[in-house]
Amino acid sequence: MDIRLKALLKSLWVYHLSTGSCNNCDIEVLDCLTPRYDIERFGMLPAGSIKHADLLLITGSCNRQSVARMKRLYEQVPRPCFVVAIGECALSRGMFIHSYNCPQPLDRIIPVDVYIPGCPPKPEAIIAGMVKLLEKVKNK
Amino acid sequence: MKETIIPIGPYHPLQEEPEFFTLTVEGERVVDIDVRVGYNHRGIEKLSEMKTFDQSTFVIERICGICSTSHPFAYTRALEDIISMGVPRRARYIRTIIAEGERIHSHLLWLGLAGHFLGYKTVYMWAWKLREEILDVMEMLSGNRNNYAMFKPGGVRRDIKAADLPVALGKLDSIIPTLEMLRKAVLEDPVLHARTQGIGVLSKQDAIDFSALGPTARASGVARDVRKDCPYGAYDEVEWDMIVTANGDVFDKLVVRIGEVFESVRIMKACLLNLPRGEIDAGIADIPPGEGIGHIEAPRGETFHYVRSDGTNRPVRHKVRAPTFMNLPTFKTTVKGATLSDATIILAAIDPCYCCTERMAVRDPEGRTLGDGYDLIRLSQEKTARIKRKMGNK
Ligand code: SF4
Repeated sequence: MDIRLKALLKSLWVYHLSTGSCNNCDIEVLDCLTPRYDIERFGMLPAGSIKHADLLLITGSCNRQSVARMKRLYEQVPRPCFVVAIGECALSRGMFIHSYNCPQPLDRIIPVDVYIPGCPPKPEAIIAGMVKLLEKVKNK
Repeated sequence: MKETIIPIGPYHPLQEEPEFFTLTVEGERVVDIDVRVGYNHRGIEKLSEMKTFDQSTFVIERICGICSTSHPFAYTRALEDIISMGVPRRARYIRTIIAEGERIHSHLLWLGLAGHFLGYKTVYMWAWKLREEILDVMEMLSGNRNNYAMFKPGGVRRDIKAADLPVALGKLDSIIPTLEMLRKAVLEDPVLHARTQGIGVLSKQDAIDFSALGPTARASGVARDVRKDCPYGAYDEVEWDMIVTANGDVFDKLVVRIGEVFESVRIMKACLLNLPRGEIDAGIADIPPGEGIGHIEAPRGETFHYVRSDGTNRPVRHKVRAPTFMNLPTFKTTVKGATLSDATIILAAIDPCYCCTERMAVRDPEGRTLGDGYDLIRLSQEKTARIKRKMGNK
């Protein structure tokens, strides 16, 4: 196993990006960091800067304004980096699929490793997704 | 001294939503601020006009995840205004219960984030831990933690089971001691006093001039609350007090919000105890032509919806104004003169919600802003004509 991937198993630092969401998924992501769900037990901490991140948690419907910024941020993440799409919006644009401002779903723009469906997904679902991601890293 | 411009955003680890601030600073002092929104724009008004009246409630709910009750509440009230009809009493009580539950979790969420902005993580963790208890109650009553989907034109979609009432009341009682502890910890903490008292003052006159709404106005001594001024739901049938303070600084906004959490628990308990029997849905079949407005007090202030109907099953125009739209311009007075380190908490103090507020402007290739909806309609017609020409139709 690549030493860089091995290091990630116990300390994945996350950076959360909202690309035009209703806020609910973002709040559930923050909820995972608070005492009841406490995702920190998997070594996940919010990173202070995108340059320290290993994992991008992306929510929202990828609207025209934010897509360009999101791409720029994606290019700045040090590799190896993983992307998790959270919520129906990020998966397929969900409710906003007919909107004039949301032309493309997330996985047509950047590669996505784990999809967590739900509108919003419960924190338990987000944690289950994270565990799957850790499995994926392990098997790489 | 030389002016420097500090950009914050659109993606910043402190912000959960994308928004862009340009702070102009002279040394440590902020001399000007500019806010740019639009990173969350999803075209909800247009989407709502593409759906039927009943389907729209689900889209409207997703304007904002924190106000996922306030928007459908105002929207259904606008529809009921078009028909000029009332809602069954039991449905009004259930609506009030859900709306107050939302207020509690929203204010606790803000309290936590305020702690986070101040670097006071203990408050953040405690407030969010407490919020989970309320979300449990809401999940029990409505079936989901957020986005409750309880509202429909003319009533509510789901009834509250009699077996759930004592459990919900018990839960509400059990959070009171922790809430008391949190109130004491926050309001008597010298560190928090130092960071928030006298910071970001919005004077009463400014609050009136900017038409500030909700807790932002009430903290500045403007007694303005739709629940009292123009009662709806069950607010005129239960006892509660409006919390108003005089100073208008960040600390007073803290006091108002924590006080409101207690009042909301009181309202919720009163409604659960006195829940009347009867129908929960008035059974609206058609919406006649006409226009209606609905306004309610969301956790951040007055949410306003305007709906115009032409007698079909879709709205022809749906206009949404969220409270942050009115509260945002108060930055122009509150942030000016503050130090850079205080600016973050002042910007957070109005409890801004950008995904409610999103507006957009369209520019043509020459860089001119095309102002209103008519311009957009013209653009769309021109495009259709172009496509028709290309396809060989006349
Ligand atoms: S998936 Fe649903 S809850 Fe999440 S941001 Fe989109 S609309 Fe909001």
